[in-house]
Amino acid sequence: MNASLNILALTLALALPLSAHAHKTWLLPSETVLAGDDPWITVDAAVSNDLFYFNHMPLRLDGLTITGPDGKAVQAENSASGKLRNTFDVHLASPGTYRIAIINAGLFASWDVDGKPKRWRGTADSFAREVPKDAKNLKVTESSGRIETFVTAGQPNEVALKASGTGLEMLAVTHPNDLFAGEVATFKLLLDGKPAADLGVEIIPDGIRYRDKQNELSVSTDKNGEFRVTWPSAGRYWLEAKVEDAKTSLPHASGRRASFVATLEVLPQ
Amino acid sequence: MRPLLILCLMMATCCVHAAEVDVSVAIPRIDASEYHRPYVAVWIENGDQSVAANLAVWYAQTDSKEGAGTKWLTDLRQWWRRSGRNQSMPIDGVSGATRPVGQHQLRFDAAQPPLAALKAGKYSLVVEAAREVGGRELLRIPFEWPITSTRHLDAQGEHELGLVKLDLNP
Repeated sequence: MNASLNILALTLALALPLSAHAHKTWLLPSETVLAGDDPWITVDAAVSNDLFYFNHMPLRLDGLTITGPDGKAVQAENSASGKLRNTFDVHLASPGTYRIAIINAGLFASWDVDGKPKRWRGTADSFAREVPKDAKNLKVTESSGRIETFVTAGQPNEVALKASGTGLEMLAVTHPNDLFAGEVATFKLLLDGKPAADLGVEIIPDGIRYRDKQNELSVSTDKNGEFRVTWPSAGRYWLEAKVEDAKTSLPHASGRRASFVATLEVLPQ
Repeated sequence: MRPLLILCLMMATCCVHAAEVDVSVAIPRIDASEYHRPYVAVWIENGDQSVAANLAVWYAQTDSKEGAGTKWLTDLRQWWRRSGRNQSMPIDGVSGATRPVGQHQLRFDAAQPPLAALKAGKYSLVVEAAREVGGRELLRIPFEWPITSTRHLDAQGEHELGLVKLDLNP
């Protein structure tokens, strides 16, 4: 694959969660609630329409950030890339809650070179170096996306769940590994560390292949950025929220798109 | 002689007044080509489903090629949520090996830990069983504390548990 194709593929992969006709991006852990002395999990990362089936393309693991129960980074192990999914293992060496996140942040630019569109992706720093000052029909969009899931060995804790203060994030009011069928869970969405009020949240249960409808639960955040969901049944759920605004870090960018995706497991009573 | 006399008196006092709680858990015979003894947790639940006292946890004590016996404690999913995940195994005086098919008796002195700490109020005895390549079952028997009169309470299991009895003796 040559360099420009590489960039195109990367751009597509990163743009996917933000596009209006996006496939769903997700991380799927083998288990979310673990016991024992030396637990491991394996995580699948994929992009697909059907939850949670690998039938489209792998989700790139660039930006994979695993935060351990002490707030320190944990390395993924045994990473592998497949045609339909990427996978990695996580060794839960100490008890507590782990946050597994793929964090994407960057700028997308396109402009005309000799009548043909040129696409570029980079950071605020590389923008000044790499994008010509006199680019024609320059369009710049800033993006920030998080794709997350949570697992707990032994007693849950909250250290790994702290917000970073950038982009769209979810704070746990109900612990994300303490979700049970028939119970209400409360979460809070933050945009740049501040409550994201009146934002729609889409929640879709696993197993789309075996039913006729998406069965999505649509909820909205209140003025404090909080939303509540009553889990109809046990299983895995995919949750997404998106927001577009004009809070860009570069004057060239016309707007920002921020997205948050999480995979949550709800256990039976 | 004197200390011995006092000791005798104390024992007499204790035994005349000590209320008792007898729990009987039946593990049923199950015809299965692959049978494993169930993991079982027995505890006393507060009105808000938090755990007032752990009475017993039976799980595989030895590691197998499939990993540590503790690995499957999450299959006792209510117990794991309410208590297990906060414990470090083994739990002194509470946890032990899995039990075979049959009736298993547990006896607790109301004046001794863990029951001595119970305040007056409404509780439930909860028994949860989970079996590898089998099912899971949870039974609850509500009761009131302290024990004011003899009560014989029970709950009948349907697949992983047989009859569970709770006898309260003032």
